[in-house]
Amino acid sequence: MATSLNPSATAGIVARASALFEDLSFTSAREWKAAKPGRKVIGYMPIYVPREMIHAAGMLPVGIMGGGDQLEVIHGDAYYQSYICRIPRSTIELGVSGRIDFVDGMLFPSICDVIRNLSGMWKMMFPHVYSHYFDVPQNYRDDIGGNFYANELAELRHDLGELRGKPITDDELRHSIAVYNENRRLVRDLYTFRAERPWQAPAAEVYLMVRAGLVLPVEEHTIMLRDYLAAARAEERPMRDNCRIVLTGMFCEQPPLNLIKSLELSGCYVVDDDLLLVTRWLTGDVEIEGDPLRNLSLAFLHHSESTAAKYEPNQKEKGQHLVRAVKRTSAEGVIFAAPSFCDPALLERPMLQHVLKEAGIPYIAFKYAENSGQMQPIREQAGTFADSIKLWSGA
Amino acid sequence: MTTQTKIVTSRAPVKEAVKDASMVKQKEMMAAHYDRLTSAHETGDKVAATFVPGNLNELIMCFDLLNNLPEVNAIQNGLRRVSGSYVLEAEKIGHSEDVCTYVKSDIGMMAKGNIAPNGKKFPDPNVLLLSYTGCFTFMKWFELLREQYKCETIMLHTPYMGDGKITKNMIDYMVKQLKDEVIPKLERVSGVKFDIDRLREYLKKSTKAEDDLVRVLQSAKSKPSPIDAYFGGIYYIGPIFGAFRGTQDAVDYYKFLREEVEDRLAKGLGPVTPDGDMGKEKYRLVVEGPPNYTSFRQFWKMFYDEGAVVVASSYTKVGGVYDFGFRHNPDKPLETLAEYCLGVYTNRSLPMRIDMLVNYINEYEADGLLINSIKSCNSFSAGQLLMMREVEKRTGKPAAFVESDLVDPRYFSAANIKNRLESYFQMIDQKRAGVDAAA
Repeated sequence: MATSLNPSATAGIVARASALFEDLSFTSAREWKAAKPGRKVIGYMPIYVPREMIHAAGMLPVGIMGGGDQLEVIHGDAYYQSYICRIPRSTIELGVSGRIDFVDGMLFPSICDVIRNLSGMWKMMFPHVYSHYFDVPQNYRDDIGGNFYANELAELRHDLGELRGKPITDDELRHSIAVYNENRRLVRDLYTFRAERPWQAPAAEVYLMVRAGLVLPVEEHTIMLRDYLAAARAEERPMRDNCRIVLTGMFCEQPPLNLIKSLELSGCYVVDDDLLLVTRWLTGDVEIEGDPLRNLSLAFLHHSESTAAKYEPNQKEKGQHLVRAVKRTSAEGVIFAAPSFCDPALLERPMLQHVLKEAGIPYIAFKYAENSGQMQPIREQAGTFADSIKLWSGA
Repeated sequence: MTTQTKIVTSRAPVKEAVKDASMVKQKEMMAAHYDRLTSAHETGDKVAATFVPGNLNELIMCFDLLNNLPEVNAIQNGLRRVSGSYVLEAEKIGHSEDVCTYVKSDIGMMAKGNIAPNGKKFPDPNVLLLSYTGCFTFMKWFELLREQYKCETIMLHTPYMGDGKITKNMIDYMVKQLKDEVIPKLERVSGVKFDIDRLREYLKKSTKAEDDLVRVLQSAKSKPSPIDAYFGGIYYIGPIFGAFRGTQDAVDYYKFLREEVEDRLAKGLGPVTPDGDMGKEKYRLVVEGPPNYTSFRQFWKMFYDEGAVVVASSYTKVGGVYDFGFRHNPDKPLETLAEYCLGVYTNRSLPMRIDMLVNYINEYEADGLLINSIKSCNSFSAGQLLMMREVEKRTGKPAAFVESDLVDPRYFSAANIKNRLESYFQMIDQKRAGVDAAA
């Protein structure tokens, strides 16, 4: 078995990302804010907001992805019935318990009815915090959805400008687009590296690396990604006899880290996923020259990820992103993992499964919650899936 | 206009349901519509499937298309107590137990032959008009149907009123979609050229019916209320939320209904219930959320047996909010369709919804708010516990919370709901006693 050339490099970076992940008081973001008077922080929920706009205002975008499995939800449960997913209640808990009291604004993207309604709850519960439902088009024509979206971006730009007391200029936005282009390139590099050598970039580590980008300033995160990639490339790790799977359905409420680890432990290398899509929502570089709002708008319309929260106008294209992901990463199967009561993921699932069936790609499905504690059934299911692929696949 | 007709409803659980004349008239309208739909393959009529919130019936009629509403079909299946088997069928073929039961009832109905309430087969739609308003599930629902029917699907995206206002950007976006996407595609599917004057004529008729509907709904401000604005209200909204808005049939129906209600009002009568005239009005409630349809009559009985009448409800605004002044405007035909879609109840922000409920409690002098929270409808249900507290705080009136489902009979627990309602009525009594004592 090969040994690591520099085992401490990877472990050190992962340890830092892990500490950021576990810190439910967002200390690093608090410290960033406190370091300079007048700094502001804008929280956002899944799936996508144009973080360039927040960055251009000199503010720190912070992803609020719920409370995970370490947060005891006391107040949040009083706001939701048992048949509503977990992320809004733990987000309320974060708010009510003061853990995100340093946040000056919250953006609620257009993803589902629950997050949509949470935007109104936030306005009522935290009336002194800027709170905005960020709508995106479901029409992908430049002159229809494109114009609508550019105007929505202009409204956000105006609001954030008001919040900082100075309008956001085009040049500021262009600079931020360039900064995020670089960051997205590195996230994509990381995903490509993992697809090539998943044993050297375990899914839980990749998750932590990407997740760190939701609380760190983007420039710092870019350095972290670069360092991790260099360290992971240099570190030889043992290759297991795992199958290769694409993980889908986790675009909003986050799975416990243990769940991701369990999949690999049970014999499935994760070679692609839809976790934390905000970090790679735009699939190519955004044009820098010209009107930045139009450029962001066109990137959204024509170069953004496919997911259940988006309408697919072309029936023939439905689900093909998943088939392409399987081919691109040489995956051998797909695991559908959806949060309980997640309308978009669960309504989408049968359609995607039909597409996979036609393409001859095996799949399994299960549900989870961000605080799921019992991993044994998932391990057994994933392990059986891995065995069946190994035993019965074409190879 | 107090004629009441006794009709034996299909599968009536106990005895004949009493219906007033307007209900009989509506039943005939609905039956005729289902007959038109199920004979489409003989008549050559083309069919557009669409949704109740954001229903563009006037526009659909401009293309000589018949309007088929999957939500209404699911409701019919719930009332006829067949939705349970359809939901199970959908779950059997891979649909999650967690998602909307309207969708599963629809998918299950398709899997079991797509039989309409008249016993004949529904025609496949020629076009799915995905007027996506106030509910994300709609989008997935029609993607699921598109997969099945493989027909043209037209998306009309209605932005959400997250900040509690309709902006110029929203209207422009919607009008542009109507002009450049929806209308050209409907022309192509139907083979009928769009005539904006024809649309204006339909919109004029819509306005007349809307005026009369508002008069009916607002009659509940009187004491006693001549109507039940939730259980009875569901009948009242049927034609205007369904396939009749913009038709002469709807104009006639709402005139007839208004006169019927005004007659009851003049005589100081309360609502007609399935068991006949309601007794003395004891409690006046505002209700938030859809009803349960699989045990609709049983649910209603829990109210009228206790002398509780619903004087206003949010569910009767899900296909259009007319009682705060909005009317379709024939002078701005496309803009008015956009404004209509934007304004439906579930497309309003939570603070707007709360404002409406508070307004109803005050204006209709209600004793409190009851929320019927629907397990599989996040659009309505997410946030209702906060709504309840906020309404209580702002009105000083007690609120209560019950849970059921739209068309899944597994989630209607009669004993629990009855128990909760009885406690709630006691709470109202105590509150009144406290007020009287203080006075």
